[in-house]
Amino acid sequence: MWTYSKKLEYPVNIKCPDPRLAKVIISQYGGPDGELAASLRYLSQRFGMPDQNAKAILNDIGTEELAHLEMVGSIVHQLTKGASIEEIEKAGLAPYYTDHGVDVYPQSAAGVPFTAAYIACKGDPIANLQEDLAAEQKARATYEKLIDLCRDNPDVIDPLRFLREREVVHFQRFGEALRGVQDKLANRKFYMNNDCNVKPATDNNDCGCGN
Amino acid sequence: MHNNCMEQTRNEMLMQIREYNFSIIELALYLDTHPEDKKALCLHKEYCKSLKDLEDKYQKVYGPLTIKYPCNKWRWLEEPWPWEGDAN
Ligand SMILES: [Fe+2]
Repeated sequence: MWTYSKKLEYPVNIKCPDPRLAKVIISQYGGPDGELAASLRYLSQRFGMPDQNAKAILNDIGTEELAHLEMVGSIVHQLTKGASIEEIEKAGLAPYYTDHGVDVYPQSAAGVPFTAAYIACKGDPIANLQEDLAAEQKARATYEKLIDLCRDNPDVIDPLRFLREREVVHFQRFGEALRGVQDKLANRKFYMNNDCNVKPATDNNDCGCGN
Repeated sequence: MHNNCMEQTRNEMLMQIREYNFSIIELALYLDTHPEDKKALCLHKEYCKSLKDLEDKYQKVYGPLTIKYPCNKWRWLEEPWPWEGDAN
């Protein structure tokens, strides 16, 4: 279970609201490579992992992503707080305002509502961890685009930089977990099929005999 | 003036709590894939202790950081929420 801690992982203090930026940053809340998708992806995949390291890393990164979801939500909230109706219209947020006011709703920058189709649980630890590696790179790339778009607002860039950096670390840790899982699966194959002439069912699982 | 001063100390303490908290997260993720690293384990232990001491001190003055902090009145409602800004 989780215990809520009344602080952000990294502070968000935006002095100049700017609904234009909220319109794009919302994608890291409920978009395809956003933090909601990330946390649900890892926290759902962890149940099927074959070793302790992979279970732990999915659990702990999934938990950190929830803290990132809160940070992104805070950015969006502070960017729209107190905005006038004219500012909202000028930012192109009239359609959003119609359905959600200035609540923080999980959707992509293009307005597509969050969907579980953004995540996969393939029933295959290698496939799942490979997806996670790609997800971290896509999130990093998205943050870089957002940093470009927010170039005039240092209060927004600061937490976005922190979030970008975390994706790089998560990618590294998932890579290490993947190597561990691959080794484990290869070993299992070796012990199960002592006869090295038995061809593995797929090329993916090297039997470890060196042939 | 007094209030400003209090606010500044509060923010400084909270920043330090965040720093220990972050270091612990970072070390935990590292230890998940490098459980044999003695140096990381040692640092993790040190930061856990520093965080606990600092959180105890903070909560006594500024109120609970989690609902697992006993109070004589419900102080959970007194401090601003972290997403509201400034208060972070
Ligand atoms: Fe991440």
